[in-house]
Amino acid sequence: MQLLAAVRKDVLLQWRSRTRVLAVFVFGATVLLLFSFAVGPNAEALRQHATGFLWLAVLLSSTLTLSETFQSEMEQRALEGLLLLPVSSAALYYAKAIVNWLQLSMLGLSLLPWMVVLYDVSLPRVQAVAGIILLGAAGLSAPGTLYAALVAQARARQTLLPLLLFPLVVPVLLGSVRASALLIAGDPMGQTSAWATLLASFDLIYWSLCGLLFDRVVED
Amino acid sequence: MLPLVLIGLATLCLGFGSYYGLFVAPAEHYMGDVQRIMYIHVPTAWNAMLAFTWASVCALMFLFRGTWKWDARLEAAIEVGVMLGLMLCMQGAIWARPTWGVWWDWDPRLTTTAVLLVVFVGILILRQAVDDRVKRATWSSVATVIASVDVPIVYFSVKWWNSLHQMQSTPATVSAAFYLPLRVNAVGVLLLMLGLMIARTRTAELRLRRDLADPLPEPIPLSTLAPRGTE
Repeated sequence: MQLLAAVRKDVLLQWRSRTRVLAVFVFGATVLLLFSFAVGPNAEALRQHATGFLWLAVLLSSTLTLSETFQSEMEQRALEGLLLLPVSSAALYYAKAIVNWLQLSMLGLSLLPWMVVLYDVSLPRVQAVAGIILLGAAGLSAPGTLYAALVAQARARQTLLPLLLFPLVVPVLLGSVRASALLIAGDPMGQTSAWATLLASFDLIYWSLCGLLFDRVVED
Repeated sequence: MLPLVLIGLATLCLGFGSYYGLFVAPAEHYMGDVQRIMYIHVPTAWNAMLAFTWASVCALMFLFRGTWKWDARLEAAIEVGVMLGLMLCMQGAIWARPTWGVWWDWDPRLTTTAVLLVVFVGILILRQAVDDRVKRATWSSVATVIASVDVPIVYFSVKWWNSLHQMQSTPATVSAAFYLPLRVNAVGVLLLMLGLMIARTRTAELRLRRDLADPLPEPIPLSTLAPRGTE
């Protein structure tokens, strides 16, 4: 119940600032466009690395989304007010993490057609790729939300968030890129499920661990 | 005094071990003299891992006990670990170039070390960016716990992704002439690490004590000392 109320608040918060959500999508699309300039107009190479580009675009855009998570709660000490309410801090954390997960999944899913158009990729198993995007976005949002809470109260927050988050989510990046590449290019060895399991275990570990640790990050 | 003694002993061990490794031990059959870097590379690797493991122990202890001594130990462990990790990567690159023909390779152990190094440098930077001492200590402990949980996951994901590394050496696979200098150097690096960590922990404790000491009373402004009745 507490969680539902907190989710409702955070969804409303995102909805009221929806232009920013759009801006993040435009940023991701720009990044995808830029990768083709880095690689050159070699259609074969671009197609081969398309999923890598997609996930890097999601990762780079995710810092924009995540760093904003606790920004609005810092204004006029809203976070302190929230913590004074008779609500567990875990509910506050999970609400933020769920909303970030939804947002990053939406970002990944909406960049997918853009990737198809730019890099001429065929998607034989769209639902499976979408599933990988959901898993990967969950892996980014769990530690990302915790670190966002932490850096929002520190100096140099623009630099700190990617610095702390990017090395941590190396397994997420590897798993999502490999799994979606295998789904697109065909998977004769049946490795996709192993990568999906890796992503799911990462999600499980960090969704529980970060929920436990969040209390220590916001306590005074 | 203790850190100095430890570092002195470490110098002796490292001097003897490196002399033995460079001039007495026979050259390895396939790799030749290049292999001699193993006598410092492998001890550095063991001790770097030990330092990072100690860091996660300190982080957990701080989160459960909440005493400043564990924060000081955590700071020391991360700094010394980062130094050893940096040394490890450089030695590895020097060895890999003539042996594999590349400076760097995407092998699980190499990649995990690099990721670990970046993560802990990030935590050191985080410590610099937070002024509040309680928050600094808690957050760096939280970040250390999160990073420690990540290490096996990174290792296995990179292992699935790609693999090519010298098989791990154990005394069983190495002849006596090879492992004497290896062990002496391992003790040497261990003593060096302990000496540096103890010295660094003391510095951190002194800093904490200075920061947490009661602030001095406000100095009396000089203007109030001006003779009265002059205005």
